[in-house]
Amino acid sequence: MKIDISKVFLKKKKQVLEQWMKNQLADESLREDLMSNEELRAQSEELLEALVRSLNDNNLEDAQSADFENVVEILSGISISRARQGFSPRETGAYIFSLKEALLQTIQEELKSDPAQLLSVMFKLNKLIDSFSITTFETFIKGREEVILRQTDEITEISTPVIRLWDGILALPIIGTLDSARTQVVMESLLQEIVVTGSSIAILDISGVPAVDSLVAQHLLKTISATRLMGAECIISGIRPEIAQTVVHLGIDLSSIITKATLASALRYAFAVLQLEVRKSSVKEKNSL
Amino acid sequence: MDRIPVLQMGKFLLVTIQVDLYDRLALNLESDLVQMVSKTGARGVLIDISALSIVDSFMGRIIGNIGNMSKIMDAETVVVGMQPAVAITLVELGLELKGVSTALNVVKGMELLHKKIGSFEDTIEEEEHDDSSTD
Repeated sequence: MKIDISKVFLKKKKQVLEQWMKNQLADESLREDLMSNEELRAQSEELLEALVRSLNDNNLEDAQSADFENVVEILSGISISRARQGFSPRETGAYIFSLKEALLQTIQEELKSDPAQLLSVMFKLNKLIDSFSITTFETFIKGREEVILRQTDEITEISTPVIRLWDGILALPIIGTLDSARTQVVMESLLQEIVVTGSSIAILDISGVPAVDSLVAQHLLKTISATRLMGAECIISGIRPEIAQTVVHLGIDLSSIITKATLASALRYAFAVLQLEVRKSSVKEKNSL
Repeated sequence: MDRIPVLQMGKFLLVTIQVDLYDRLALNLESDLVQMVSKTGARGVLIDISALSIVDSFMGRIIGNIGNMSKIMDAETVVVGMQPAVAITLVELGLELKGVSTALNVVKGMELLHKKIGSFEDTIEEEEHDDSSTD
């Protein structure tokens, strides 16, 4: 007597789900802080439903079959969302493996009388779910990579703000190591801001740059040249003693560039160029404000 | 053949490049401009390239050349309104236009020209103003 596996699962769906939930809830690594049990149950039910519906005797061995598209899609959605929520790979893996356990338990009960068929079905089922697990891992890692990529983008965005210090004076505090990609972003945002604000002086503050090597210096020089081509003047400020030492030791010529020790002195210089004057207001003026 | 107009504004020449430059046009501009400098005795040249969105190494060199040529003919050159993308391209190409002054826009470019030439000719200019006021 040959039993149709898909029919068995369709019939025993409820039982499989209960078994699966039991397995999941019994697991120590259950993350109730990240996902409530109701949510977990809804998620599991959706996946199981899709799996049972698309399963038939012909595609049991072929996880690449088009019938499973829906299952793979749901699975991918689950693992990506888990990656974003901060589930560990082990927890995500345990989720799909506990499904396998539940399925196998059910089939075992069903085929108790026929060990030969039980073995062959278990074998196929194992293979199928394993293949799904691999998909889960792939998408899980893809989800994590997306998170990392987004964070990288955010860091580059955040770390290069162009600040309007005064009418016609821009400041750009650079924090962290300068590489080619970052210099490009810095250069572009600075030049864009110069056009938008019509500023004639830009101050590049490098007190947050940990080290300056010849490459970083070259990047800086490029930024300064581009700024000059736009018709604005560029001042470098915040050169620490160690950086001054390395720059001179490397033989980089910064003599054609205006350099100031601190942002404050750069600002003072900028005021002088723009013929502005900062002075203490007298007591009288203060009262009238 | 297309030509880029060179306008005379008092002691200055004004060139606004409104089309994308191709090689022939750029070469014509170069010779036209030098001719005009010598004909009018202009003291300053202002080149507005704010509409220029694409440059190659040749264009970069022509712009640099114009600056240097005018300079040895005793006319200051100011390039104004360079787009950020153009500036980045030129720097990446290694063309830093060392001999050319730059300004953000036409107004600032004019200010710069006046400042550069003005200090030298202040006295003459004042006399001219006096003459015109008595007319």
